[in-house]
Amino acid sequence: MFLKLARRNLSRHRFRSILAIVGIIIGVIAISSLGILGNSIKLSVTDSFGDIGNEIIVYPDYESGWSNLTKKEFNAIRKTTGVDVTIPVSQSSSQIQFGKDSTFTTVYGVDAIDMKALLELSSGQFQSGSRCVIGGVLADSFDLKHGDTVNLEGSSFKISGILKKQGMRFDISADRAIFITPKSYSSLYENEDYAMIIVKTQGVEEVEAVKERIEANLNKRKDRVMVFGMDMILESLDEFFGMLSKFLMGIGAISLIVAGVSILNVMLISTVERTKEIGVMRAIGSSRRDILILFILEATILGVIGGLIGGVLSFGGGYLVNIIILKKASYLFAPSSIVYIFIGVLFGVVTGVLGGLYPAWKASRMLPLTALKTE
Amino acid sequence: MEEIGMRQVAGEVTLRLEDVTKIYEMGDEKIYALDRVTLNVEKGDFLTVMGPSGSGKSTLLNMIGCLDLPDEGSVYIDEDDVTNLEDNELTKIRRDKIGFVFQQFNLIPTLTALENIELPMLIKRIPQDQCTKSAKNILSTVNLPEKFASHLPSELSSGQQQRVAIGRSLANDPSIILADEPTGNLDTKTGEGIMKLLKGLNEEGKTIIVVTHDPRLSSYSNKTVRIVDGRIEEDVS
Ligand SMILES: Nc1ncnc2c1ncn2[C@@H]1O[C@H](COP(=O)(O)OP(=O)(O)OP(=O)(O)O)[C@@H](O)[C@H]1O
Ligand SMILES: [Mg+2]
Repeated sequence: MFLKLARRNLSRHRFRSILAIVGIIIGVIAISSLGILGNSIKLSVTDSFGDIGNEIIVYPDYESGWSNLTKKEFNAIRKTTGVDVTIPVSQSSSQIQFGKDSTFTTVYGVDAIDMKALLELSSGQFQSGSRCVIGGVLADSFDLKHGDTVNLEGSSFKISGILKKQGMRFDISADRAIFITPKSYSSLYENEDYAMIIVKTQGVEEVEAVKERIEANLNKRKDRVMVFGMDMILESLDEFFGMLSKFLMGIGAISLIVAGVSILNVMLISTVERTKEIGVMRAIGSSRRDILILFILEATILGVIGGLIGGVLSFGGGYLVNIIILKKASYLFAPSSIVYIFIGVLFGVVTGVLGGLYPAWKASRMLPLTALKTE
Repeated sequence: MEEIGMRQVAGEVTLRLEDVTKIYEMGDEKIYALDRVTLNVEKGDFLTVMGPSGSGKSTLLNMIGCLDLPDEGSVYIDEDDVTNLEDNELTKIRRDKIGFVFQQFNLIPTLTALENIELPMLIKRIPQDQCTKSAKNILSTVNLPEKFASHLPSELSSGQQQRVAIGRSLANDPSIILADEPTGNLDTKTGEGIMKLLKGLNEEGKTIIVVTHDPRLSSYSNKTVRIVDGRIEEDVS
């Protein structure tokens, strides 16, 4: 009954109602699209870190004067309970030359088998003997292909493979680096020490325990190593991007506030215009509550229609911002993205209700006789 | 006189005003819209309230209809004092015991004729199908052909609109019907039709109070009061 009355009242001023709905639609789209954008950025960043959640990186404790790790620490770590894979990484930097060009790069000494656990090739094979692998960005910048030869510290290395581009990583910055075997590395630099040891555990859950065990074991007498669990880093990334999403949604929420004010406005005009009608309703026996319900219902209908249309269009909005900013839309349909559409719709409906509260309250407080006498 | 005297003895008082006073203050001046009005209306009465413009007729009707409360004195409906009731209780009396008919018809423009008649019942939370059934009966009581049931007020003539308005006042089967110049916006002939309709309802037992300027209309009533300057001047019964 009230629903019928409310609907007809809204269609009395169709254009005005549509404008109010459009306001809600825009607000909902803004909230959900920006929420989806934030979430998609988060997904794309966490995806690019791959499954490094079960990684632990052990560095020498620079603060206590250590600059490298040795076989001794490597063996101790390898024997720690819960450790699945242990990868020693030697690292230094040198000038490399190829043809007429030369550049300064990071040189890693890593075993080919260990490389497979950490990095992916885009072409060729992993390093062996006097062959090396180079990062994707380095290969691109100097147009290097496998088969080419580079000169490093007076020795020649043939490129056997080129790595996929990695983006940002916490363990190894592979994109502009060159990888050689530990054997080549030690003969080249006359040094068998490691810059870091990368440890993988069976699962993410064990990271904390293993980390503590390594620390307890190696730092027993002196602070020998610093240990970083990737789980912590991922967690804080998660937190950061969660905040980013909320921040973006907050910006979207501003447009919804505007929409709420427009509903408030529309409903206020409506109460003034319909003062006499309210008086009649009261005279024939409508209670204050009935009037309150009627007006809130009208505002709610505006909110629900705007919210639902906005929700549907949010897929388009989310698609657009993802395409524009991330250049791909694959994260749009992730469940964690869809949640933002529901949040947007919910906010839209709530905005409608809130916008209607005050006008409805005002209408319900009108004195029947005064309202009735109004022309 | 004799006959009316008989009625007063036999009749059951449905409405009683005791020294009802309503004062409007305009600056320093006090306007007595009603000045110690005492009035008894019995069940089945058809009362005409006459008087010049601004004399307090509408104010009196609004008091009886629980739309307004007196500054002094009391209003009793079925011997219940309504003077000190809360808004909610007054609303219930308006809904259940009183039917309003206005000069301007005051139908809800977005509802059809039938829906306007259903409205007071729906407000009372009576189920829709029952409302529709009663409303259709009422349509025939007020002599509005069924084909107008689905018309909006704007698609009806003034006389038809007033019939719908009377129908609406009947919706919750009230004992008292209050009409403030119900023929004021109608031509003489249509107005007569409306008065006959009210007379018919009166004969079926409704208590009817009509405010009017037109002395001819008092012929429909069994009782007439004249108000001047907020005071009941004479009881032209
Ligand atoms: N809200 C108000 N504020 C101030 N004065 C009022 C108010 N309502 C009514 N009055 C005054 O009370 C007096 C009675 O008004 P009322 O409307 O009852 O007259 P009426 O007899 O119905 O007149 P009419 O025949 O023109 O309808 C008038 O003098 C009017 O000016
Ligand atoms: Mg009047």
